[in-house]
Amino acid sequence: MKSAAVHEDADQDGAPGRGERFSALAQQHGALVTLVVAMVAASLSFDTFLTGDNLENMALSSAFLAVVALGMTFVIVTGGIDLSVGSLFALGGVLAAWGSQYGTVVALLLPLAVCGLIGVVNGLLIARSGLAPFIVTLAAMLGARGILLAITDEGSRTYLVDKDSFFATLGQGSLLGIGVPIWITVVLFVLGAVVLRRTRFGQYVYAVGGNEDAAALMGAPVAGTKIAVYALSGLCAGLAGALNAAWLVSGVTILGSGMELEAISAVVIGGTLLSGGFGFVSGALVGVLLLKVIQNVINQIGSLDSAYQQVVSGVFLAVVVVAQTWLGRRRRVL
Amino acid sequence: MTDLTLTRGTVDRERLLRLLQEYGVYAGVVVLLLFNFAFTSNFVSTENFRTQAVQVAPVLVVALGMALAIGTEGVDLAVGSVMALSTSLLSLYLGYGPWMATLMAVAGGIAIGLANGTLIAFLGVQPIVATLALMVAGRGLALVLLPQLEDVRDPGMASLGSGDVLGVPYLVLIAAALALLVAFVVRRTTFGRQLLAIGDSRPAARLAGLPVRRVLIVVYACSGALAAVAGVLATARLTASDPTSLGNLMELSAITAVVVGGTPLSGGRVRIGGTVAGAVLIQLLTTTLIKHDLAPSWTQMAQAVVIVAAVYAARERGKR
Repeated sequence: MKSAAVHEDADQDGAPGRGERFSALAQQHGALVTLVVAMVAASLSFDTFLTGDNLENMALSSAFLAVVALGMTFVIVTGGIDLSVGSLFALGGVLAAWGSQYGTVVALLLPLAVCGLIGVVNGLLIARSGLAPFIVTLAAMLGARGILLAITDEGSRTYLVDKDSFFATLGQGSLLGIGVPIWITVVLFVLGAVVLRRTRFGQYVYAVGGNEDAAALMGAPVAGTKIAVYALSGLCAGLAGALNAAWLVSGVTILGSGMELEAISAVVIGGTLLSGGFGFVSGALVGVLLLKVIQNVINQIGSLDSAYQQVVSGVFLAVVVVAQTWLGRRRRVL
Repeated sequence: MTDLTLTRGTVDRERLLRLLQEYGVYAGVVVLLLFNFAFTSNFVSTENFRTQAVQVAPVLVVALGMALAIGTEGVDLAVGSVMALSTSLLSLYLGYGPWMATLMAVAGGIAIGLANGTLIAFLGVQPIVATLALMVAGRGLALVLLPQLEDVRDPGMASLGSGDVLGVPYLVLIAAALALLVAFVVRRTTFGRQLLAIGDSRPAARLAGLPVRRVLIVVYACSGALAAVAGVLATARLTASDPTSLGNLMELSAITAVVVGGTPLSGGRVRIGGTVAGAVLIQLLTTTLIKHDLAPSWTQMAQAVVIVAAVYAARERGKR
């Protein structure tokens, strides 16, 4: 599935020259190659890396971030950014844990409804009023955190999920030896790839990100598309939060800070351009896995504390963005 | 006739919006002050004013640098991490005396700013992403240098944090002096003019032969230096170095102060007076909510609404 989407990308560029071909390939597969190299190096260096337990742990901890990054991919392809996802992730978790006392349906629908609604408000302010995405979603990040504090007695109350409920199995259960959240993530990514690649809405998303005025002249519903991607991002963050709450069997209030940065980093590392108009869903998944492998390796080197992880992630992000800018410039010149 | 009244109506509305945009932040400060004079017990006391002013000083210093970055149509998300790095360096070098330590802290801030500026000016990376990368890396670096909270027992730092001249705290004096300096630079120097020209239209500035790259690098270096100074001031006030929490969400407060103060995010214009008032407004808003026993949740929601309202008002002017 992944490779199909990528090949199609190369075809869409028309008949490129060799240099152009190289930069396009580097843009699309760079993260994947780095991921493979990092995993090979890690498994050669640490006996504990390539064990079932470690891989399962990594996949599980990637799953929630990956779902957030999926929504973020759509936003970034339109040329926007969503800084509210970390707060929405936490809010979604708390709402799901609170709602789980009324059954699984409420536990899932409540966070989706609230986070989706906040996403719609973001989209309306950005698309209809023409406000800058980063400032609107920054405000939403504060506002959502405020709502979270308001419904948890200023963060002092943690709602618990009944361990035997069906909702808890969504986080804790496993199917064919693989955790349910991982399955859900895979399904969502397949859906996301199909929507972005194969549907009219997906084409609108690319068109709006490529050139908003041209998209409008073409008759694409620019405002509607923008509202939809922010709503989608809110839904993804809320769902990821709900699944995480099911996994932890509680609505932890302090989660999600800094998650927006991780999600943006993952999307960008995966090859999606922040300037909009170019990107793919599989890249976000590769980006998330790469970040988690780096994190895992740093944790395995016992003497290094987690602060190094931030230094490495930050420098890594800078290197990737510089490489992308360079590749993009090269492609335009050639 | 109808047409005429209609046009006049729009003109008045436009003028009203412009007035709101220009002076709204000052009006907001006055309204909040009057409200507190009337309804908040223990508000009118030297002690309270002093506390408020001392709390607002570091935010204001960060906001000054942010205003410069926003003036070039950029943004600096790394400021909070620079404060953390600054407090770590300060703590590490305090053995060589407070001046040396402050120097090292500011040098660290300038280094981060230069890295931001290089990414943005020479490598063409968008300001949001470039400064995001250094925000993550900077916080990590601060924690590598100083893994946990450490008390600052230097007498020089202590007197910086709590001393005053004729009742005005040092922290407030330093923040005010820096605000005047930045206002002077923006209004009266070639560099200030170039900065605004770049924010207005980068292609035009480049065609006019302005040193676009150099100006951008200096702007981000200034923002880094100011954030580092804010880190020193905050450390002096708290008499402790805490790289884990110092400067968290500071980028948000600084951007809010700048935007609420009427500096448009689209660049080309910097209002330092408005930025000062914006920082004061947010401080007053938080204080008002806290003193009336409203929970932090309300403070955050109120801040969110104020940000959106301010950007919304700024949008009207930008469109004309």
